[in-house]
Amino acid sequence: MGTTMTRIQSNSRVVNWIEDRMPIFSFLSSHTSGYYAPKNFNLWYYFGSLALIVLVNQILTGIFLTMNYKPNAAEAFASVEYIMRDVSWGWLIRYMHSTGASLFFVVVYLHMFRGVMYGSYKKPRELVWLLGMLIFLVLMAEAFMGYVLPWGNMSFWGAKVIISLFGAIPVIGDSLVEWIMGDYLPADATLNRFFALHVIALPLVLLLLVVLHLAALHEVGSNNPDGVEIKEKKKADGTPLDGIAFHPYYTVKDIFGTGFFLVIAAFIIFYAPTFGGWFLEHDNFIPANNLATPSHIKPVWYFTPFYAIVRMIPFKLPGVIAMFGSIAVLFFFPWLDRGKVKSIRYRGLGYKIALGLFAVSFIMLAAVGAGVTAEKIPEWFGASADVTTIENLFGRFWTVVYFGFFAFLWAYTYFGFEKTKPVPDRVTMHD
Amino acid sequence: MASDAVVDKGRRRFLTATTSVVGGAGVVLAAIPFVKSWEPSAAAKSAGAPVLADIGKIEPGQKVTFAWRGLPVFVVNRTKAQLDALAGEDSRLKDPKSENTDQQPEYAKNEYRSIKPEWLVVTGICTHLGCVPDFFPELKPEPFDPQWKGGFYCPCHKSRYDISGRVFDGVPAPANLAVPPYTFIDDTHIMIGVDPGKEAA
Repeated sequence: MGTTMTRIQSNSRVVNWIEDRMPIFSFLSSHTSGYYAPKNFNLWYYFGSLALIVLVNQILTGIFLTMNYKPNAAEAFASVEYIMRDVSWGWLIRYMHSTGASLFFVVVYLHMFRGVMYGSYKKPRELVWLLGMLIFLVLMAEAFMGYVLPWGNMSFWGAKVIISLFGAIPVIGDSLVEWIMGDYLPADATLNRFFALHVIALPLVLLLLVVLHLAALHEVGSNNPDGVEIKEKKKADGTPLDGIAFHPYYTVKDIFGTGFFLVIAAFIIFYAPTFGGWFLEHDNFIPANNLATPSHIKPVWYFTPFYAIVRMIPFKLPGVIAMFGSIAVLFFFPWLDRGKVKSIRYRGLGYKIALGLFAVSFIMLAAVGAGVTAEKIPEWFGASADVTTIENLFGRFWTVVYFGFFAFLWAYTYFGFEKTKPVPDRVTMHD
Repeated sequence: MASDAVVDKGRRRFLTATTSVVGGAGVVLAAIPFVKSWEPSAAAKSAGAPVLADIGKIEPGQKVTFAWRGLPVFVVNRTKAQLDALAGEDSRLKDPKSENTDQQPEYAKNEYRSIKPEWLVVTGICTHLGCVPDFFPELKPEPFDPQWKGGFYCPCHKSRYDISGRVFDGVPAPANLAVPPYTFIDDTHIMIGVDPGKEAA
């Protein structure tokens, strides 16, 4: 709603002195107590603030990890073990960082799904969505490079497989791979540059993007579960009828959510930091060995849906294109979805079923990518079952569903097949 | 600036454009050292020197892995049975005649993809995404292929290669395993990284 900055009047001479020179307090107040958000936010609206909390955790714990970590192929693995065993509380700081990485993706995926469900990417919030997608991309790069740093065997082979993806590019592929690695295989040079990117270059970009994401959001105002624009109905004082000030109302709500979230996080950090091999993989407790591939190479869980797509396509270049395409297509949500109704509450049945299938396809592809299906197929179909064929059929089916969702969404809304329900004038939970 | 001066917009545009072009060229040129700094360093390149491999003790049917440029190079002493099974595999392969010339030097573009029929020398890097394939030398049905005649199987994405490193049809890997440059020094030694008749690089 285009936050307007009103000059605050303070009793403090110090505050007024600063305000006359740089109105920092007015700026902060206009984006907190002066920012009106819809009053009908539900549980789904916790994840944005939780992502911010995790980001702060990653930066703080990350800074302390760099104080003992050695970005050197000969010493990296041992330095991580040194942090775990010899540095006072080092194990806690590292587990906070490694658990934070996984939880970052948990909250970001839920945050993104919320945006899709309530049509928060639609006009006028397209830029909020695009900036958020850029954050997601940088976050993936950040997570990948951080995963390489402990220089375990999975770090090494994960780096090798992911960097090799760029080798699929015609003509320049092979030299590009060599350029990224700075050697003929992932080596000291690779580790050292990934460290530089992970601890300074990408975090700077990430912080800048987060600021822009919030700036774009505050210009157009938050969407809500009903998908109605609250600034269309205003009180006499010009504030939205169905809006409440972000501070104190939502700061308090978010503090409650944060408390709940921290309890779950603490439980994982203290009792299940590897999360059964899902957050920290068993093969990464073995030092990097360039002559022995782990028997089951798979990325950490948050990359597995995209990784499944590259595996399901039997040709290298098309496989890589499909994998990057599965992420790129998300950028186009605001233009693929031509429907005028934002929230799922008032959208057609076709949309609800399609979105449900899309969510299932994401989870099923994650299961394929993580090797769950390869493990279960002999159990379900007998030991003589042709695992590869069954898994390929299964994975390809869900790959088609994943991409099919976007084709359906476009056709469904472009040709006017969608039968929407009437959208209320105001949010449904007003007095 | 004098307020009554007539603004020459064309001149202003020209100056803005030329400043942008010169400044832009400067930025691009200044970026070159930074981009170049990511290339393999002189130390990394010199570590890529040829490797002398003693193959005298490799038994028939056995595989030994040598490291060259940090890559595993498989040297296999193939048995008669393995060699005899090769011709029968052609119909199941993507590139049975080794027509993809990037994957082997000219002197290894033959039936056995090698200089001497029994000695296979290939880079042990799956052409899909760079994992190291496992060696399954026996001619017996395997869980991943009931008609297996010996070869390599990649644990990462299930690509299969025959005992000459030729890739099967219907797997993710696009090409045969690469044959590195190598030359026989004598009957029991090969130099990996050098073409026959050439001096060590």
